[in-house]
Amino acid sequence: MPNLKDLKTRIDSVRSTRKITKAMQMVAAAKLRRAQDAAEAARPYAERMNGVMSGLASAFAGADAGPKLLAGTGSDQTQLLIVMTAERGLCGGFNSSIVRLARARIEKLRGQGKTVKILTVGKKGREQLKREHGDLFVGHVDLSEVKRLGYANAQDIARDVLARFDAGEFDVATIFYNTFESVISQIPTEQQIIPAVIDEENADTTLYDYEPDEGEILRELLPKGVTTQIFAALLENAASEQGARMSAMDNATRNAGEMIEKLTIQYNRTRQAVITNELIEIISGAEAL
Amino acid sequence: MADMMQFDLVSPEKRLASFEASAVTVPGSEGDMTAMPGHMPVLTTLRPGLVRVTSDKGQTDYVVTHGFVEVTATSVSVIAEKAFTREGVSKEELNAVLEAAREEAAKAKPEDNIDRTEKFIGEMVHLIDMMD
Repeated sequence: MPNLKDLKTRIDSVRSTRKITKAMQMVAAAKLRRAQDAAEAARPYAERMNGVMSGLASAFAGADAGPKLLAGTGSDQTQLLIVMTAERGLCGGFNSSIVRLARARIEKLRGQGKTVKILTVGKKGREQLKREHGDLFVGHVDLSEVKRLGYANAQDIARDVLARFDAGEFDVATIFYNTFESVISQIPTEQQIIPAVIDEENADTTLYDYEPDEGEILRELLPKGVTTQIFAALLENAASEQGARMSAMDNATRNAGEMIEKLTIQYNRTRQAVITNELIEIISGAEAL
Repeated sequence: MADMMQFDLVSPEKRLASFEASAVTVPGSEGDMTAMPGHMPVLTTLRPGLVRVTSDKGQTDYVVTHGFVEVTATSVSVIAEKAFTREGVSKEELNAVLEAAREEAAKAKPEDNIDRTEKFIGEMVHLIDMMD
């Protein structure tokens, strides 16, 4: 029979765990609100950007003369995978689901004999990929010091990626992140950013006068498009992380509650058994006299 | 109203303005231009400068550094990487943009085309002077 004192200690420890998970859940809920607002605020810019870009790019569609960022390098031998994860854990399957998607992609590309390079954003993804694919890492972006994601963070990443592209380090770049759908559902997503994928269906067909000419504008626009996509992914990811953490912590809080109930019942039973035992001893002692 | 058009000013982090305007003057990279309702569609890059919007409530000025403007017959959308309201802008912020551009120019290798960066620096200096 478990000792009463041990049970008491366990109940107390589970109770304090529940307090922590409850607090984390509430913090995540507050941060989620902020992250969602930020993602919402960034949407008009991204939409305009994409609209202008697809309109411009469709003018270049099929032409080989287009800028490299649009037309590609003509090869897809070297692939850069930008894996965006969180800096912290305790957020359910958030990090693992991105890593799983990235890993499947790495295996597929390697199976096809392609060269794979990995740029990690966020500590957790790096840790998970290190053992198997550590030799493929070409860089890491640390966002652990960042309190509030800004456009500047995306610009830093984009500058790094574009410099590598200009230096001919890779042909195709793909980002991996979680799209925020709801608190309980985040969808791991992969999206090719270089060369730019143009959504021709929704291309704006208005005939614009371009000042300076199309080529010049496109050259300036494409790097910004890359930055915008990275920024949007960062924001989606931040919202997803908080959402995932919120539901993970909600589960943990509930589990802790159930455990406390179970342990309390066990504790009361044990106490009753001890009392009954003592009574039996007294009675049988009295009877023996 | 027929003589009004939609004016939007968006930056990556937020939508700064969205209202009806009767005329918008933008600092295009090839020169300033004023768009009024019914203007032919134009897409141009911006140089650092002031965007002046005329609406029912009078004139509103915005400060932009990098970006684009998309003009159609019924709307003007300024897509700026950095934008401020005239009142909300501080000299420090503009100076930071200028410094970043100077650094870039200093880092550039001789074979790079730095004309554009140099031009940008010139425009920035002009804009900062204008703020006084």
